[in-house]
Amino acid sequence: MITNLSEPSISIAPNLSEPAISIAHLNHYYGQGSLRKPVLFDINLQIDRGEIIIMTGPSGSGKTTLLTLMGSLRSIQEGSLSILGQELLHASKEQMTLARRDIGYIFQAHNLLNFLTAYQNIEMALEIQEVTAIAADTRIRSVLSAVGLEHRMDYYPSDLSGGQKQRVAIARALVSQPKIILADEPTAALDKKSGRDVVEIMEKLAREQGCTILLVTHDNRILDLADRIIYMEDGYLVNRSDVAAIVQ
Amino acid sequence: MTKITPKKKPLFLSWLQLRKERARLIVAIAGISFADVLMFLQMGFRGALFSSAVEFHHSLNGEIVMTSSRTRSLISLDRFTERRLYQAAGVTGVASVSPIYLNAIQWRNPENKEIWDIYAIGINPEHQVLNIPGVEANRQKLRQPDTALFNLGSRKEFGAIAQRFDAGEAITTEINERQVQIQGLFKLSPTFGINAYLVTSDINFLRMAPFRQGGLVDVGVIKLKPDADVQAVLAEMRSRLPNDVKVMTRDDYAKAEVAFWSASTPVGYTFDLGVVIAFIVGSVIVYQILYSDVTDHLPEYATLKAMGFRDRYLLIVVFQESLILAAFGFIPGTLIALGIYQITNLATMLPMAMDLGRIVFVFILTAIMSSLSAAIAVRKLQTADPADIF
Repeated sequence: MITNLSEPSISIAPNLSEPAISIAHLNHYYGQGSLRKPVLFDINLQIDRGEIIIMTGPSGSGKTTLLTLMGSLRSIQEGSLSILGQELLHASKEQMTLARRDIGYIFQAHNLLNFLTAYQNIEMALEIQEVTAIAADTRIRSVLSAVGLEHRMDYYPSDLSGGQKQRVAIARALVSQPKIILADEPTAALDKKSGRDVVEIMEKLAREQGCTILLVTHDNRILDLADRIIYMEDGYLVNRSDVAAIVQ
Repeated sequence: MTKITPKKKPLFLSWLQLRKERARLIVAIAGISFADVLMFLQMGFRGALFSSAVEFHHSLNGEIVMTSSRTRSLISLDRFTERRLYQAAGVTGVASVSPIYLNAIQWRNPENKEIWDIYAIGINPEHQVLNIPGVEANRQKLRQPDTALFNLGSRKEFGAIAQRFDAGEAITTEINERQVQIQGLFKLSPTFGINAYLVTSDINFLRMAPFRQGGLVDVGVIKLKPDADVQAVLAEMRSRLPNDVKVMTRDDYAKAEVAFWSASTPVGYTFDLGVVIAFIVGSVIVYQILYSDVTDHLPEYATLKAMGFRDRYLLIVVFQESLILAAFGFIPGTLIALGIYQITNLATMLPMAMDLGRIVFVFILTAIMSSLSAAIAVRKLQTADPADIF
C-alpha cells in the first residue's frame, strides 16, 4: 500500500539535507485562562523534501490545527516548528507572512476569488513573486494545461464545475513553484472520479517540481498515492507501522 | 532576472472586484453622484447668493463709497445727508461725487394689477453712476418725468415686462398713483433679498416715493482722479467727516454686504450646513457600500493573507476602490449639477455659476469622503483570519 520511502526524489531544492518540515515537542491550546483547552500534544514529525505524506484521522483530532500551524497561519505557542529551516516559534507577523509565500495551499473549499477569471486567480499567486510578464504568462498557461483547463482560462469560478474549480485552485498553488504544498481535504467536495483525478494531477505536478506534499484526507481511495501515511487521534500523532491497516 | 525584461503588470484587483458586481457599482456611483449634486447645489446657491448680492456694489462707478454709519446691507439701510458727500468732494484727489437714493416702492404688475415691492434706485441722470450697459445707454431718457428703466433679470411676478418691451410695446404702470413709463431695460440679478430693481432719476424717485425727503440719501459714489491714492483719500475723508457716515473702497463695500449675508442672516449658515450634511450622507453611502463589499469578500481576503499577501496590500485595494468610486461618482454628479444650475438659473434668475475652484473643492471633498469611509470599512479587514479558512 505504502510507496517505498527510499524512492529517489527528483527534488531540485538546493539544500537537501534540510527537512521540509520539522516539528518537535509541539503543543497547542485553544482559549484562554480557565477555558484553555489543549488540542495538540507533543507532536514530533519530520517531513523530508519531496515526500508525499497523507495525514488522516477522525474529525476533531487536530489535523487542521496542525496544518494551519505548519502553514504559518497560526502562531506557534510551545515547542518548535520549522519550515524549510526557518523556525516559526516567536516569528514576527512579517516573518509569518513571508513564510506563507513558500507554501502552496489547497483548501477544502476551492477558495478562489470569485471576481477573477481562472487565469487571473492563478496570476494572483504570482503577484507576490518576482517574475517577468512573459515568464508569468508562460507559467500560468502551462500550469492551466497541466490541470487540463487551458480552454477555460477566461471563465469565472461561478461558471466552472466543482472539480474544475479545485483544479484551478491546484494550479494556483503550484504556479509559484512552492517547496511545500499543504492540502486540506481537497477531494471532500468532489465525486470519486474527479477527486482521484485532482490528487493525481497534484501528485504528478509536485513530483515534477520536487515539492513536498502534506495532504489531510478521509478519502481512502487516494491513500496509495502517499509515500507515508500519518495518523492523528485526540491531538496525538500516532506513529505506528500499521497505520495503513488502522485507516482501512 | 535581467532589468530589460518587463516585470509582470500587477492585477488591478480593486477595479476587477468593483466591476464584477455591476449592481453594487451602480448603486455606489449613484450614491456618490447624489452627494456631489447636493454639495454642488448648496455651494451654487451660496455662491449665487453672494455674487448676486454684490452685483449692485460692483457696478458703482467710483473707487470710494459712502454710507450712513448705520447701514449694514442693501436691505438694512440708513440715510445720511448729501452734505457729507459734498464735504468729501473737497478732499484733494476727488473728481466727482454722486448720491444714490434707494428704497422699496410698490410696483403694480401691469398684467394682473398685483402689487409687488420693487427696489428703486434713484440716480442723477447727468452722471455715470452705475456701470450697467442698459442704464448707461438709457439714463438720459430719465430726465423726462415719470420714467424708469426696468430690470431684465426680474422675476415673472412683476410681469413679462422685458419681453413686451423688446416687442416694441409701450409699458406703463402705476406707481404711487402716477403713470410711469418704462424707457429701457438693464440687467441686474435678483438676490435673496431683492426680487427686482427699477432705475430712475433722483427727481422721479422722490415723486414715486413721496415719503422720502430730498437731500437724505442712501449711498454716495465718489470718483477719484486717475492719479489719486485711494488709501490717502480715505484717510483724509475719515479725519474730516463726522462719524454719522463711513467711507470705504468699493471692494470693502461689497465685502461688507457678503459678511452681512453670511454672518447676520441664517442664509450663509444654512448652505454651509447643507454642504456638511451632503458630505455626511455621501460618506455613509460609500461606507455602507465598502463595508458590505469587504464583508462579502472576507473569505477571499483571508485566502490572500494565507497566500502571503500583506495586510497593506488589502488596505490599498480597499482605498483604491474608494477612490475609483469617488472618481466615477464625481463625473455624473458634476454633469447633473451643471444641468440643475441651468434649470435653477432659468427658474429663479439667480446667477448660478460653476467655477473651477468649486469643481476642485467638491472633488477633494469627494475623495476625502471616500477615503474616510474606506478607513472605517477596513477595520473589518482585521477579522479576515487566514487560519479560519481551512
